[in-house]
Amino acid sequence: MTDVKEKESAKSKRKSSMTAEFARRLVKSWSAKLGLILMLFIILACLIGPYFTGYDLNWQDQSLMRAGPSAQHIFGCDTLGRDMLTRLLYGGRYSLLMGITSAVLGAVVGIAIGLIAGYFGGFTETIIMRFMDVWSSLPGMLLCILVSAAMGNGFFPTVLALTIGSIPGGARMTRGQVLSERSREYIEAAESINCSKLSIMFKHLLPNVIQPSIVITTMSVGSTINMAASLSYIGLGIQPPAPEWGALLADGKNYVTTNPHLIAVPGIAIALTVLAINLLGDGLRDALDPKLRG
Amino acid sequence: MADNTLLEIKHLKKYFRVPAGQNHAVDDVSFSIQRGETLGVVGESGCGKSTLGRTIIRLLEATDGQVLLNGQDITHVSGHKLREAREKLQIVFQDPYSSLNPRLRIESTIMEPLQHSGRFKNKAEMREEANRLMELVGIDERLRQSYPHELDGGRRQRVGIARALALNPDFIVCDEPVSALDVSIQAQVLNLLMDLQEKMGMAYMFVTHDLSVVRHISNNILVMYLGQAVEKAPTEELFEKSLHPYTKALLSAIPSVDIHRPMKRIELKGEITSPINPKPGCRFAARCPYASPQCEAPQTLEEVLPGHFVQCCRCKEINSL
Repeated sequence: MTDVKEKESAKSKRKSSMTAEFARRLVKSWSAKLGLILMLFIILACLIGPYFTGYDLNWQDQSLMRAGPSAQHIFGCDTLGRDMLTRLLYGGRYSLLMGITSAVLGAVVGIAIGLIAGYFGGFTETIIMRFMDVWSSLPGMLLCILVSAAMGNGFFPTVLALTIGSIPGGARMTRGQVLSERSREYIEAAESINCSKLSIMFKHLLPNVIQPSIVITTMSVGSTINMAASLSYIGLGIQPPAPEWGALLADGKNYVTTNPHLIAVPGIAIALTVLAINLLGDGLRDALDPKLRG
Repeated sequence: MADNTLLEIKHLKKYFRVPAGQNHAVDDVSFSIQRGETLGVVGESGCGKSTLGRTIIRLLEATDGQVLLNGQDITHVSGHKLREAREKLQIVFQDPYSSLNPRLRIESTIMEPLQHSGRFKNKAEMREEANRLMELVGIDERLRQSYPHELDGGRRQRVGIARALALNPDFIVCDEPVSALDVSIQAQVLNLLMDLQEKMGMAYMFVTHDLSVVRHISNNILVMYLGQAVEKAPTEELFEKSLHPYTKALLSAIPSVDIHRPMKRIELKGEITSPINPKPGCRFAARCPYASPQCEAPQTLEEVLPGHFVQCCRCKEINSL
């Protein structure tokens, strides 16, 4: 009996060997572990935290305007006397969602563009990559402001603006990888057995070129969260009373000297999130680095 | 015998554009391959052996010339006809470490050509066929779910062979299939290739620079120099009685195990000429001990003896035929 069981477990181990190996290496690196735990904590807090703070998003006590941290309001109250913790956690939902969505969307489009450019090469590649060069030479902030100005404020225009800004990075990265991978013989082999171009791109090339892009995407979640906050801060992006982190910062910007907690609370939240994401990205990079693979 | 011809290559040319001009990788090569034949293609590095193989099976587009498969011109076909031709023409690569997709399991790699052929109705049938192929090339069934990096070079090469066999081809280009393997494994893979040929009757074009390997496996040998075919003859005849000065030099470089027979090496002087924008005339003339002014004229491959083709204007003179 045990023999059979052992065989079974050996089989399942083999089947997931690559994923398992990756997971093992991921948890082995302390930066990944720390980043992952921190990130999970932040996400969970934003998702379920607001229900446990004891205050509603729009609960208000005007006698507590700009009040500092206290036992009832551990992060104090904002300029209108609303509970800071509740607003911070609600705001995190927007910030995280915008950051992650636009980074992932940007990566997906960027990777597809990079695949096409790298695989087809020649004229197609020149056109696409020169276009990407022009694209990425525009300052990201300016691009976002342009899109927001054209599309208006709100969640979707902001996501779109951030997505557009993060496309060229993924495209460049992927194209470089494709160029080095394309000359390998298994791509020729795929052609000789009548694989279609699409199948070569997505079945053969993609899994072999995606790893660095995953790392870059993870890292770019940090910068898109930052960018989203910056947009809200200057009045584009999410509009009040929605409590996005950048909007919270903007809200408190006039009271930096008198009530520093108004800036410190959302500022530290942004910093912690970006730190967690970068730690996670570092860990991912180490875990995925094929040179470390035995 | 004419109807036994599988492939006919007529004046095939493949030029690559490089910054310095045109690289004449394959320049006006003509020959034919019979069903079930093994044609060895030898020559030094960079003489266009691999390019020739890849151009024939349409992995590279020919610059000029024709490839006839069963009498039909496949040089410029596309779409459905190209797919059909590719099913008949397969390739086994030199480096078993880069010829398998590192992210695909062995079974998926072997099943892939089956999926694209459309000959199988469902996964179960394909899996069965993949099992048969694995057995045929001698890969243990327990390795089905393994990834290429878990296998040694010889096994990987067997997987590559199984993939090439999957579509039941008539012709396989073996592009130095054993040069990346160690000697004991080389013999196994060579014997496997020969056994498979006996069973399935396909023709091989065996590209290599290893003369002992080519002697062991080929019926005919084509000697290439700088993109051109300089001599083609049945194997034993070529080894016993080579006619082209380059072939003679090449064969004299085979180390002998018999210490009582001193090696008479013909040493070639000078560098190999550049294949970029070559002058008309014999490409070998610059290094040839028999070079004369008449070698500057364009050369053609001529049948000097029955079945023995040589591209050398002084061939008869040199060999006193």
